[in-house]
Amino acid sequence: MIKFFLMVNKQGQTRLSKYYEHVEINKRTLLETEVIKSCLSRSNEQCSFIEFKDFKLIYRQYAALFIVVGVNDTENEMAIYEFIHNFVEVLDEYFSRVSELDIMFNLDKVHIILDEMVLNGCIVETNRARILAPLLILDKMSE
Amino acid sequence: MALKMVKGSIDRMFDKNLQDLVRGIRNHKEDEAKYISQCIDEIKQELKQDNIAVKANAVCKLTYLQMLGYDISWAAFNIIEVMSASKFTFKRIGYLAASQCFHEGTDVIMLTTNQIRKDLSSPSQYDTGVALTGLSCFVTPDLARDLANDIMTLMSHTKPYIRKKAVLIMYKVFLKYPESLRPAFPRLKEKLEDPDPGVQSAAVNVICELARRNPKNYLSLAPLFFKLMTSSTNNWVLIKIIKLFGALTPLEPRLGKKLIEPLTNLIHSTSAMSLLYECVNTVIAVLISLSSGMPNHSASIQLCVQKLRILIEDSDQNLKYLGLLAMSKILRTHPKSVQAHKDLVLQCLDDKDESIRLRALDLLYGMVSKKNLVEIVKKLMSHVDKAEGTTYRDELLTKIIDICSQCNYQHITNFQWYISVLVELTRLEGTRHGHLIAAQMLDVAIRVKAIRKFAVSQMSALLDRAHLVASSTQRNGICEVLYAAAWICGEFSEHLQEPQQTLEAMLRPKVTTLPGHIQAVYVQNVVKLYAAILQQKEQAAEPEAAQDVTQLMVERLPQFVQSADLEVQERASCILQLVKHIQKLQAKDVPVAEEVSALFAGELNPVAPKAQKKVPVPEGLDLDAWINEPPSDSESEDEKPKAIFHEEEQRHVKQRQPEADEEELARRREARKQEQANNPFYIKSSPSPQKRYQDLPGVEHIPVVQIDLSVPLKVPGMPASDQYVKLEEERRQRQRLEKDRKKKKKKDKERKGRARRRGSLLSESDEDVAPAQQVDIVTEEMPENALPSDEDDKDPNDPYRALDIDLDRPLADSEKLPVQKHRNADTSKSPEKEHVPVTEKKPKKPKKKEKKLREKEKQPREKEREKEGKEEKPGEDLDFWLSTTPLSAVPPAPEEPGANAVIAAAQEEGEEARREEPADEAEDDDERDPEKKPSKHKKKKHKKEKEERSKDKKKPKKKKPASDGAAEPVENGALDEDPLPVRARVQLLPLG
Repeated sequence: MIKFFLMVNKQGQTRLSKYYEHVEINKRTLLETEVIKSCLSRSNEQCSFIEFKDFKLIYRQYAALFIVVGVNDTENEMAIYEFIHNFVEVLDEYFSRVSELDIMFNLDKVHIILDEMVLNGCIVETNRARILAPLLILDKMSE
Repeated sequence: MALKMVKGSIDRMFDKNLQDLVRGIRNHKEDEAKYISQCIDEIKQELKQDNIAVKANAVCKLTYLQMLGYDISWAAFNIIEVMSASKFTFKRIGYLAASQCFHEGTDVIMLTTNQIRKDLSSPSQYDTGVALTGLSCFVTPDLARDLANDIMTLMSHTKPYIRKKAVLIMYKVFLKYPESLRPAFPRLKEKLEDPDPGVQSAAVNVICELARRNPKNYLSLAPLFFKLMTSSTNNWVLIKIIKLFGALTPLEPRLGKKLIEPLTNLIHSTSAMSLLYECVNTVIAVLISLSSGMPNHSASIQLCVQKLRILIEDSDQNLKYLGLLAMSKILRTHPKSVQAHKDLVLQCLDDKDESIRLRALDLLYGMVSKKNLVEIVKKLMSHVDKAEGTTYRDELLTKIIDICSQCNYQHITNFQWYISVLVELTRLEGTRHGHLIAAQMLDVAIRVKAIRKFAVSQMSALLDRAHLVASSTQRNGICEVLYAAAWICGEFSEHLQEPQQTLEAMLRPKVTTLPGHIQAVYVQNVVKLYAAILQQKEQAAEPEAAQDVTQLMVERLPQFVQSADLEVQERASCILQLVKHIQKLQAKDVPVAEEVSALFAGELNPVAPKAQKKVPVPEGLDLDAWINEPPSDSESEDEKPKAIFHEEEQRHVKQRQPEADEEELARRREARKQEQANNPFYIKSSPSPQKRYQDLPGVEHIPVVQIDLSVPLKVPGMPASDQYVKLEEERRQRQRLEKDRKKKKKKDKERKGRARRRGSLLSESDEDVAPAQQVDIVTEEMPENALPSDEDDKDPNDPYRALDIDLDRPLADSEKLPVQKHRNADTSKSPEKEHVPVTEKKPKKPKKKEKKLREKEKQPREKEREKEGKEEKPGEDLDFWLSTTPLSAVPPAPEEPGANAVIAAAQEEGEEARREEPADEAEDDDERDPEKKPSKHKKKKHKKEKEERSKDKKKPKKKKPASDGAAEPVENGALDEDPLPVRARVQLLPLG
């Protein structure tokens, strides 16, 4: 099960956070700081999995942006690692070459994408077309 | 009205939207907090307006601020307002905000029940979808109870998009409202065979999570999952199913046997690393469950180990990490096959990545044997010296100790070596694990009697250079070893070569800088040492020497009496008085040694840590029973107990009084003075404490400045652990020669018991390495007839305990989900009882399908059994499935209609389906394994057949509502007899 999904930049600013288990708001900030600290402290030569407290962090870096997923010990690390890339690909398709600003300006839409892909801490959809379908309909509606 | 709308939209033009807010925050880097508080004020204003668009915009901005760490719970009610907007664009913003900030403690959440129910039953699938998504984040036990039925209905929605989400949400509902599991389970099971792969995958996900916590309840689903596993092409689903089998196999070893073959096939064929990793993990789990007496699976182990070696050798650090992680699981049961790769693991110790090094360390733990222990520890010790970070070094230290002490020191052949290693480790600066080393020293010295002499000599040397260990505050952690050293020297003082020297070392003024608990041990063990010396001197008839020792004690002990630590102070003052008394007796030439030694007579035995817990309650003893009858309530409560206490107190006082003689009074006076001296708030009249301190320990004891060397000198008689490596080799060489000679005479002199456990892959097996000295490791004491169980470790607060429910038992009336009355206007007329048979039918349906399938397999014996046992219980069913041979029970996938439907569905999506697989496979599509291709061709050939069959398969589904409907008229009649409660419990009908 996925516990949380974070996008944090190198300066430690959160760009997206989604928790699948309730965490108090003040603890979230603390957790996010610790998480990004441990990600930043690692070099490219190190593996993308971090044992963190009682769960595991799986992270990937895209330019200045880290995507960090916290999972419990039963999740397949490699699958999540691939899933992160899948997520970025979907973002890339929707925003056509996604940037940090896109994510900030369209936080709600990124959430929709993520909600289509992960539900209740489980990966539900990895097909790009099907993930984007509701969002495209929504865009048509608001036009 | 129109004017109002125009006005609203003009207002909106001046409002900031999310983009403006983000831009604004970026432009106010200097005073971000101020800018945001200003924005929040604006948002508050916007929320007060009637226009829903303005409100939605405000809530959208709040969601962003919430992500930045601002509490937005104050806007909870506004969020609900936006959630109830009729326009989807606004509604989703409301649900998004709710999913981000609502939780069980949010009080307004109960207001949402009806809104959510409305959205769930909305004709638009996206309304329903957004409500389900939101619900997954903030469902409470109340919401779960009230909405369970609605969500369950959605599990049979016509749109797979909704079915998929509903199935997943059910997991959260089960957690919050465990009573819903049994009524919903039959339908969840149905969804495993849903025509849509997405729904199927969702159901697999949910059952996987459920089964992980309480596997035994889901064992009966194994055949179904097995079918899915052999037919599915979706790697995400495969990973989940394989993981699930990993949880099930420990309960049913026969299942493991069945799994081995398809799993090894997958391992051979897949190119997706994630799937490979999962397969290897489950094969390992299977092998663990089979570990007893399954020799012919060594091929699978070899395959796993080989694959893992490829992962570990990969340049990708991620694969390396996972390979080591999986390897450590194999290690637990099949250490031999992993030990062959020792070189690789040792190589990983030099990796740049700390997490890989740590994993490699874990592996080493299981790879040691009698033969290679010394070598591996030597390697680790060299890493300890190199390690830069203290955390990694501490980890190394604990691992060294773990490796050496595992399984009751089974791999240590030479305890002198081990003690030397421990002593060497004390040179580590700034470690937190001094207490670990200390515990080991104590354990070895107590339990290995043969080593005591050596240990004592090492410990006395350690005490002698205690100033090195405890010199700076930085080394605080390591000074714990002095605790062990002092205790060992005291307890086993008979082995000391020069007890007097050690005694003096323990009485040095510097000792008072140590932590209190260590000083306390010092004080206690000084007396033991003193007793031993006294005895020695008296036996040698040297009364003067004995008196000198006593004098030394009398002079040095006061420094401990002054200690701020209560324990030290108390022990020291007690002992000081004792020694003074001895001094008096010595002056009269009375032999005292015998009596003093008697203080410490008897041997201390090691006691197992859980011993106390394991003492069984004797028969007939009821700890909860009253010893005396409890006083009845009518009696006045205070009277009796008071009398009892009163009497007792008097007795105490009487006993105490004679004790307070002159000496005692003097001591108390002394103690009071000390206390006053130590009390910073006491205004002293007499000489300052410093002065008195100088008075007390005479001239010759003025503290001598000790040279604090950062590099410890090699103390003679302090063997470094390294030299043992050479000694070991020589010794083994000798042993081997001897053995060879013996072998010629007698061929099989090997100890059989151990030889069975380990095959002899290596030329020189462990058993050949005889211990350097015959050691007798004392086992820890346990109470007689102690209970061997370890059940006390279960956590009673585990939330998943509530989900430990027997799912095969037929559903009772009382267990059905509560249903809101108005939603079931047409069906609510039915009273509960009439529906029981219908409900009971449901769980059986999938089984019927299975039976059909099996009949197709055309095994006459099977057929007979099927006919006989129409009312088979699930357990027997499973037994039967498991007892059949793997090949006959698993017909090639295309022949099974259920599986075909899945493949057909997957194929229809063509390109899309393939993208579902983890990216690494999608990338090298052409490299897909050859095994899968033929089956693809088959698929096309049989496509028409398949379609027909899948139609057939759908038919029974269509019939279902009809049969339910047929039952209805009967039920209608019963309405008047049994008026329904407000929340009618009604049989659920699928909406679609």
